[in-house]
Amino acid sequence: MYAEDPAFWRAGAISSTLVMLIVLAFLTVDSLATIRPGGTNVPHYTVINKEIRYEFDSEANRYRPVIGADQPLFGRVYSPEEAEKAMRLGKLVIQSRNCMNCHTFFGNGAYYAPDLTKAWLDPAWQQLWMPMTQAASREEAIATFLMYRRNSLRGAGRCPTFGSRAKKPRRWWRISNGWRRWRPTASRFISATSRPTIR
Amino acid sequence: MYRSQHLALKYFTAAMILFGLMIVAGLLASTSYVLDGFLLNKLDFSVTKMLHIDTMIIWLLMGFIGSVYWFVPIEFERETVGIRLAEVLFWIFCAAVAVVAAVFIFVQYGRSTEMSLWFINQGRKYVEAPRWAAIGITLVVVVFIYNVVGTAIKARRITGIMGVLMVDLIPLFGLYLIAFPSMTNMSEDQYWWWWLVHLWVEATWEILIGCIMALALMQLLGASRRVVETWLYIEVGLVLGTGILGLGHHYFWIGTPSYWLGIGGFFSALEPLPLLGMVVHAIYDAGAHRMKTTNRPAFFWVLAEAFGNFIGGGVFGFMMTLPQINLFTHGTQWTVSHGHFAFWGAYACGVLAVIYLALQKSRSAQQLDGAAWKWSFALLNIGILGMVGALLVSGIAQAFYERAMGGSTLQAYMQGQTNVWFVQGIVMRLVFGLVFAAGYVVLMYDLLTTGKKRVTAEVLQPRVAGGPA
Repeated sequence: MYAEDPAFWRAGAISSTLVMLIVLAFLTVDSLATIRPGGTNVPHYTVINKEIRYEFDSEANRYRPVIGADQPLFGRVYSPEEAEKAMRLGKLVIQSRNCMNCHTFFGNGAYYAPDLTKAWLDPAWQQLWMPMTQAASREEAIATFLMYRRNSLRGAGRCPTFGSRAKKPRRWWRISNGWRRWRPTASRFISATSRPTIR
Repeated sequence: MYRSQHLALKYFTAAMILFGLMIVAGLLASTSYVLDGFLLNKLDFSVTKMLHIDTMIIWLLMGFIGSVYWFVPIEFERETVGIRLAEVLFWIFCAAVAVVAAVFIFVQYGRSTEMSLWFINQGRKYVEAPRWAAIGITLVVVVFIYNVVGTAIKARRITGIMGVLMVDLIPLFGLYLIAFPSMTNMSEDQYWWWWLVHLWVEATWEILIGCIMALALMQLLGASRRVVETWLYIEVGLVLGTGILGLGHHYFWIGTPSYWLGIGGFFSALEPLPLLGMVVHAIYDAGAHRMKTTNRPAFFWVLAEAFGNFIGGGVFGFMMTLPQINLFTHGTQWTVSHGHFAFWGAYACGVLAVIYLALQKSRSAQQLDGAAWKWSFALLNIGILGMVGALLVSGIAQAFYERAMGGSTLQAYMQGQTNVWFVQGIVMRLVFGLVFAAGYVVLMYDLLTTGKKRVTAEVLQPRVAGGPA
């Protein structure tokens, strides 16, 4: 009988492996074309100059990010080169500060802290943090939040400050003195987060 | 004993030390979950968790390398070629691991430059070792390949198992090269990152442990080579036939085309098959030899490997792998539950089995048995099952309240984290982690003492399971 001969199974193992590897190679070529910056599934880095909304798509029956009109980041339009440079720096921040060993990206990481994939699209920035920090834009609210996250959200105190390695700690501390003055107001917002009425 | 086998024992010692460090790091990380602000800005969760998973990878890798150095001279009936180089490299490997661990603990973070990736931390989950150390790991693997292939050439012979092993060393080396680039675009970065992580853990390593278990079964039970090799080929065919495209279950949500939903779901549903095959194989061999063995701890760790691999890797993996379910479960403690069970079942138990086999031979013990190994076996397995169960409860609460009901916003995340079931699961994980740690202590005691006392054959005769009383 064939089945009793190891060589029969060896041939099966080799052929199934080769077939799968060839299929994977084709799929990889196809997938990489769609996920390169500017491909069908991933916008070019200059998307940072655009407004990005998160809207319900009734046809797909789920929420989708929608790229809208121009909306410069910190009031500035980035050229393609500058945008790529900014993205590169952001990626290096994520890697050098070991973000993925607490947070997740695309659901991949460490699950100890919130997923950051669509943190930019989170409704909390507009509904909670912009009024709370009295920031004019979402990016300013995020910057303020990141500087004072330990004071601003229960659980956010888990995030290390990386303070000893911050380039200009003195300036940070000066701003943090300003924080103390309006913290009583902020704490009312914090307790409000646990109420289900606030979305 | 061959020099290669002495080197294997050194690798096993290093592996067991790192196993202990892994447990310590894991206990610290799980304490960070329970006590808010635990060791914050001193030894953050990100650091302890990173140490936890990296020491795990390294101790298992050392266990595999040690196992192969143990079996190579047996298979080829001669000393391993280039053994002196391998011995030197072992110490370099250990020193590099110590330096990387010291940098992780004391330096922790770098600035946002390429230099940080070269010398401090690559920060890509599992691929944290700085690039210089990654080059070192590549070097160790290259010498390892040279040892195995060189010995086969010198011996002018090849066995089926060693053939599979040698072919498997190619992806072990090749895929690791993915550890070096760091792409700006997160989708591309993750696409290749999963080649390394999935195709190592769910393909290359599965084959490697399959070969090691095949060799172990022959030494342990005297299983026939023909049967063992046939099973190995079936396993290889199924593991690679399902696992290569099973890679698709990591491409559901990273921006890749939607055909991966179908491909990933279909092939990962088949992924438990080879693992079930390994269970059947182990039971078949155990039954064929009426569970008669002179090394009960190794035998039970082999069985634990078969069942742990199937249930932890296969069943727990399948449970969350279909895209309809994975939408809610990925990136929750559910994944952590599966991860703990799978790595323990598939790899850790197998390495422990080979260590017991090696100890029996190196201490020339006719029989390995006693109370200590049973205690460690029970405590470690109860510990892991408890952790897995507790994390599963947390994961279900998280998937339900944060993902399904809350819609994955920051608000929903906070509600999930404070949910009472989530919190209870997290606390129980720490409790069972302590049980596991107790099991480790007993295991170390047993590994250090077992087989050292000479016992006469008459006394031991009745204690052989299933044998004449």
